[in-house]
Amino acid sequence: MAAVQETIDQVKAIDVDQYKYGFVTDIESELAPKGLNEDIIRFISEKKGEPEWMFQWRLDAFKRWQTMIEPSWARVSYPKIDFQELHYYAAPKKKEGLKSLDEVDPEILETYKKLGIPLAEQEILAGVAPENRVAVDAVFDSVSVATTFKEELAKAGVIFCPISEAIRDYPDLVKKYLGSVVPISDNYYATLNSAVFSDGSFVYVPEGVRCPMELSTYFRINEQNTGQFERTLIIADKGAYVSYLEGCTAPQRDENQLHAAVVELVALDDAEIKYSTVQNWYPGDSEGKGGIYNFVTKRGDCRGKNSKIAWTQVETGSAITWKYPSCILRGDNSVGEFYSIAISNGHQQIDSGTKMIHLGKNTSSRIISKGISAGVSENTYRGQVSAHRKATNARNFTQCDSLLIGDKCGAHTVPYIESKNATAVFEHEATTSKISDDQMFYCQARGLDEEEAVALIVNGFVRDVIQQLPMEFAVEAQKLIGISLEGSVG
Amino acid sequence: MNAEARVKETQAEASLIEQFSKLAKDQGGLAAETREKAFADFRSAGLPHRRVEEWHYTDLRAKMREAYAPAEGGRTPEVLPAPVDDGPVLRLFIVDGQYRADLGSSAMPEGVTVSSPREVEVKDSLFPSKDAVIDLNTAFCQGGVVVTVAPGTELTEAIEIVHLVTQPETASYSRNRIEIGAQASVLVIERFEGAASDAAYQTNAASEISVGDKARVNIIKLQDEAKAAQHLDSVSIKVGAEADVHHFTLNAGGDLSRTQMFVEFLGEEAKLGCRGISILGSKQHSDVTLFVDHAVPNCESRELYKSVIDEKARCVFQGKIVVRPDAQKTDGQMMVQSLLLSEEAEVNAKPELEIFADDVQCAHGSTTGDIDEDLLFYLRARGIPEADARKMLILAFLAEAVEETENDRVIALLESKVRALLGAEEYAE
Repeated sequence: MAAVQETIDQVKAIDVDQYKYGFVTDIESELAPKGLNEDIIRFISEKKGEPEWMFQWRLDAFKRWQTMIEPSWARVSYPKIDFQELHYYAAPKKKEGLKSLDEVDPEILETYKKLGIPLAEQEILAGVAPENRVAVDAVFDSVSVATTFKEELAKAGVIFCPISEAIRDYPDLVKKYLGSVVPISDNYYATLNSAVFSDGSFVYVPEGVRCPMELSTYFRINEQNTGQFERTLIIADKGAYVSYLEGCTAPQRDENQLHAAVVELVALDDAEIKYSTVQNWYPGDSEGKGGIYNFVTKRGDCRGKNSKIAWTQVETGSAITWKYPSCILRGDNSVGEFYSIAISNGHQQIDSGTKMIHLGKNTSSRIISKGISAGVSENTYRGQVSAHRKATNARNFTQCDSLLIGDKCGAHTVPYIESKNATAVFEHEATTSKISDDQMFYCQARGLDEEEAVALIVNGFVRDVIQQLPMEFAVEAQKLIGISLEGSVG
Repeated sequence: MNAEARVKETQAEASLIEQFSKLAKDQGGLAAETREKAFADFRSAGLPHRRVEEWHYTDLRAKMREAYAPAEGGRTPEVLPAPVDDGPVLRLFIVDGQYRADLGSSAMPEGVTVSSPREVEVKDSLFPSKDAVIDLNTAFCQGGVVVTVAPGTELTEAIEIVHLVTQPETASYSRNRIEIGAQASVLVIERFEGAASDAAYQTNAASEISVGDKARVNIIKLQDEAKAAQHLDSVSIKVGAEADVHHFTLNAGGDLSRTQMFVEFLGEEAKLGCRGISILGSKQHSDVTLFVDHAVPNCESRELYKSVIDEKARCVFQGKIVVRPDAQKTDGQMMVQSLLLSEEAEVNAKPELEIFADDVQCAHGSTTGDIDEDLLFYLRARGIPEADARKMLILAFLAEAVEETENDRVIALLESKVRALLGAEEYAE
């Protein structure tokens, strides 16, 4: 009940369709010229001080991208993106010889402070018990501006750094794993990302290590007319465990901005990766103007035996979301999980879901997806579950529930179930309904007003997923749900 | 990868183009310009392939290696198949795509008229969407049958429409229309059979069925084409207010078969039940694609499809329930269940919901798996040999779809058909 009350308070505290994180940081930026060509790719590569092989890798991706056409199968509509009108690189101007966090531009620190992201290590230490500490990699436009707790993580053998740094410092690891889950020719946006990605996080957890704290990346788009293309690569070696959180926000701008990220996860024998996202990009205003196009490719590869990858996502932001965090269950006995809450309001369009590809023996997967649509939004769950010939005893359970608030929105479910193995057992169930009059009456008869009643019912509806989130996120997610549905009743 | 490859014409497409150029376009009651238009639409899209979402799992471009020339009319099969059950029946025969009034029941009871399709009927087609296979049917249409049942007619006889093919390596294109008046009550049995059991041929049939207000209609489709045949059937059903419509598809024959159905509710308080069973083996590929459009409020639909897939067969089910913005109080439930009996069998299911109204109850479910080992063990522990136990469990699995049709004659007919297909006649009660 306490959490519900918090949601209500949060809802009341803000005005209608006010996006809390919509401010702009006034900071001098270094921008690549608009447009996309080989020179821009060389520019990015040089900015990052990359070795030649990396440049060639990008170039290869760019050449492939030029032969591809934009996919149109998703249930979203938007004006054509002019890829030559974007800046593919934007970085806050750096002061020379930056050595510690204290030297990070105070404007940026202030930005993250406003967002509630602690970048100063002592600040975290002061308030929270040590086991709840979170190491943060903060990505501002195209560059990573700070990574906390690096030293302490290094003691445990965990590598946590911007990917640009990893390319320089750990080329063997990067060469071995980059593009091994999402190949450069995977899809239109992933290929574009492969050509122009600027930063992102790199995590390597060595054999047998349980990462001593939660890792987190916080993405912030600030600059106008830029595309953010980050790349995340997480490797959990044999028997390792890591929990990784991702958050994102962007300023309120009238024009649409592109975010095309690629996330690759690799879990070797007995390893486990838990990846949680709270996506709160600017969704556009109440007229549907502006907002982020979130075209993201996320895929985890359970490469080793008994490995496990779990995706948890709370999607509340973005004008358009096109995102399918997937698991390739290659190793025998591997487990894939996907928990999702996707909330659309206003003019938002979401086409999101997952893929569970069963390749190994005795693999199992679970999908719990809760979609809530309000306003004039469209919310689509699109998911694929497939068992290949050799996936003996594959097991999947899928549940997708949609809740409609108002009669102008749409909720859609598009599952693809493909089984090539007789021993595979797949179950899929989906329901769509609205908050029933009975439920509302029950709550209101007990003294809750309409908005409180809706918040209570919605929180109950999404509880299965919220429970999967790490503590730090669960509270934030619950608040977000309240905010996203603000004004959708009555 | 994502490049929209406009592949060059396949052999089948080239043959179709050549056949169309030679076609006598003024036959079959269709204007040449209607055919030209349909064929132009077909040419611009080509045969559907896996990048066409509705055809994702049935890549016709790859599977239809050859397009046989349209069959010549006028041949009479040596033997006509016996009626499917002992009940009273009105028989209509469509041979090689053409309606043969000379072969079927000579007199129709009051309220029933039978004729061949006329221009006007194909022109204001009831098919909602553009589809290359329907275009081909229009372009090459050889004939077919138009059945009208006057309002208020309660038919005791079943209307049996039998599609036969007499010539191997031919294609037949029939266009049929069934108009059922308000408050009428009808049972339609549609059968597809080939004359020789090993003949390769192609069937492209299209049926448009309109159901008047408060009518009660049962439509049974028995697809028992020859083993090497390719069967494409498009069905459109328009459901009037307070009507009660049941459609059942039994898929057993054909090397490749696809039944695509487009159902639309025109009036409120109507009920629809779409059900089906597919029993597949060898290398059969069978596809049931269903599109249910809840265009008006207060309607109910139930979809239940069961398949038993053995050897290297592949079963596809695609079902889409659309609830339009004003179709409040819609109740739609879809279920698709598959039993995979062999290592190499395959199933692809895509039960889809597209919902634009908030006060609705919609659900779909899907299960895929083998026969439950525990159930098998239970039966075997009671002395039933494994093979028999398996048959019993398969029958039990399929029974639900049959029983839900709620019509004694239909249930008996389907039960005996299913038993025969499974070689399990001895379990007849």
